[in-house]
Amino acid sequence: MDLSCTEEEEAYRARLREWLAATLPDLPERPDPLDWPARRAYDCGWQRRLYDAGYAATHWEASPTQRLVFLEETELAGAPYVGANFVGLLHAGPTIAAEGTAAQRERWLPPILRGDEVWCQGFSEPDAGSDLASLRTRAVRDGDAYVVTGQKIWTSHAEVADWCELLVRTDPDAPSKHRGITWLALPMDAPGVTVRPLRTLAGSTEFAEVFLDEVRVPVANRVGEENDGWRVTMVTLSFERGTAFVGEVVACRRLLGELARTARKNGTWDDPVLRRRLGRLSAEFQALWRIVQANVSEARATGGVPGAGGSVFKLHYSHARQELYDAAAAVLGPDALDLGRDWNLDRLSSLSYTIAAGTSQIQRDIVAERILGLPKGR
Amino acid sequence: MDFRLTEDQRALRKGVRELLARRFDRGALRAALDSPSLDRELWRELGAAGFFALRLPEGEGGVGLGLPEAVLVFEEAGRALLPGPLVSTHLAAGTVPGAADGSVVVTSADEGLVPWLDEADVVLGDVTGAVPVRSVDPLTPLHRVPGAAGAVGAGSPGTTGAGVLLLAAEQVGSAQASTDAAVSYARTRSQFGQVIGGFQAVKHLCAGMLVRTELARAAVWAASVTGDPVEVAGAKLLADEAAVGNARDCLQVHGGTGFTWEADVHLHLKRAWVRAELRMPAARAEETVAAGL
Repeated sequence: MDLSCTEEEEAYRARLREWLAATLPDLPERPDPLDWPARRAYDCGWQRRLYDAGYAATHWEASPTQRLVFLEETELAGAPYVGANFVGLLHAGPTIAAEGTAAQRERWLPPILRGDEVWCQGFSEPDAGSDLASLRTRAVRDGDAYVVTGQKIWTSHAEVADWCELLVRTDPDAPSKHRGITWLALPMDAPGVTVRPLRTLAGSTEFAEVFLDEVRVPVANRVGEENDGWRVTMVTLSFERGTAFVGEVVACRRLLGELARTARKNGTWDDPVLRRRLGRLSAEFQALWRIVQANVSEARATGGVPGAGGSVFKLHYSHARQELYDAAAAVLGPDALDLGRDWNLDRLSSLSYTIAAGTSQIQRDIVAERILGLPKGR
Repeated sequence: MDFRLTEDQRALRKGVRELLARRFDRGALRAALDSPSLDRELWRELGAAGFFALRLPEGEGGVGLGLPEAVLVFEEAGRALLPGPLVSTHLAAGTVPGAADGSVVVTSADEGLVPWLDEADVVLGDVTGAVPVRSVDPLTPLHRVPGAAGAVGAGSPGTTGAGVLLLAAEQVGSAQASTDAAVSYARTRSQFGQVIGGFQAVKHLCAGMLVRTELARAAVWAASVTGDPVEVAGAKLLADEAAVGNARDCLQVHGGTGFTWEADVHLHLKRAWVRAELRMPAARAEETVAAGL
């Protein structure tokens, strides 16, 4: 039960703080959230600065503790988050690093780290959401290429991506649906790729449908063996449920402080029900932060990918964050209906948290089956 | 930073769990229900094992361990539903003669309540006018102290961070026990041709129990390391919620069986209710955390 930092970790933190203090004032203005090319340019510009300063690969190569410090400090300093580089840095990149050949790592990883190439994720399909393994996008081998036909959905950043990490069905007759899936790197400018943006309830186009019509993808773009894509993918998904939300917990704790300040100013703090509600949320986010530290300690000890502990965290975090924005709305009163005010767009975005990256219901299945050992089944 | 338990801490937890399994098993728990006076021999054995002297310096005859270790020990006590004013006696070790070795039972007035008043040798705090009540928990006799006497911080050590946290640790142990009991029942009880633990409606209840426990445990462990009063209050809040919520869900998973006196489910629920009222109830915990914002 040691929560102290080593000298080395403190030195890392101090260097990072110093760099952030020197770098952040020089950043350009934040782009209009509806202007995707501008967002891409901004996010990639930030990634380039991280690259030049030696922080680009923090998500992959740094020790779990350093990663925790990095995410904590960048968020505390108000630095940009990964943004359009989310899939490259947190999904596709770690997958290629873990499962790719030397040539594949050489081809794809440096441009991700430099902020030169943006990736998106082609996993979900209209009929394969929580039941991802039932995906049907078909890939048929033709010489040195796969010919891919099908449809993907909820593909974040598809409009501005250069590459897509794509799951396809290569063996429809496999004995189980988890077999027969293959992981491909799809160039988004390949003939036959059509992107149609989807507008979210928050009004923006965060993700898209991707239609694939006899798209030829070189066999050399396959990561892992043919029909082994499910296992390859699971590496990626557990990454997402591990430390991917660290910065957001820090952000939530900062938001609670802002809420309390606003509430004290506008008089809502005098309402004990609201005050206690904020107190309860603060206790929950404090504990979530401790769970992150526990997960990181565990990940470091087991040398790897965070396990089902990530599901425990995500279950409570996604719920608590939605409650946090509801509390923010209570503090704002009538101003909660003004999308021009802080927090209100975030409140809308937060409605996806109990759905994206595995719904709360699927997370509960994972916790019940993998940790508690209850039988599989629906 | 390494938030995991050290080897010594794991060994300590295992040792206490084995001691309680041997000395206070389910038979002893059910027997205690029928004769609800405190088992003084067990109390002395706990003393001999270092339960009360755990945090006293070795020079004073203690074990010389810290709050993180004490939290692990009290988790086990909560898991086993060990009865008695454990926290008050533990806190009195070193100041009340006989508390450390378990020859004396110490209780205290706290939040207008006094547990185990008739059984205690030493009572801390003002208990003037204390009247017995029909306690909801058959294993915690209670007196009610009227008016200001026995209220918050009325001379009792109960409001110290350590006292709050150790009670929270018992709640975490109880929350864990309720999860284990629910999972174990869900794995064996069959309906509609399958064990009920295979139904999502049941397994999701169990998953929720685990999440509550883990959240509370992380909070309690961290607060035992930092000693931060806001973190201690938050830990108590979450631990109360985990113990009460899990006992409720455990009861639900057990169906009709859960509503019987014979099942242990209600004992966890009732004790959790008592602990939730003592040493910083929810309203004050929430206010304490809010004041830290």
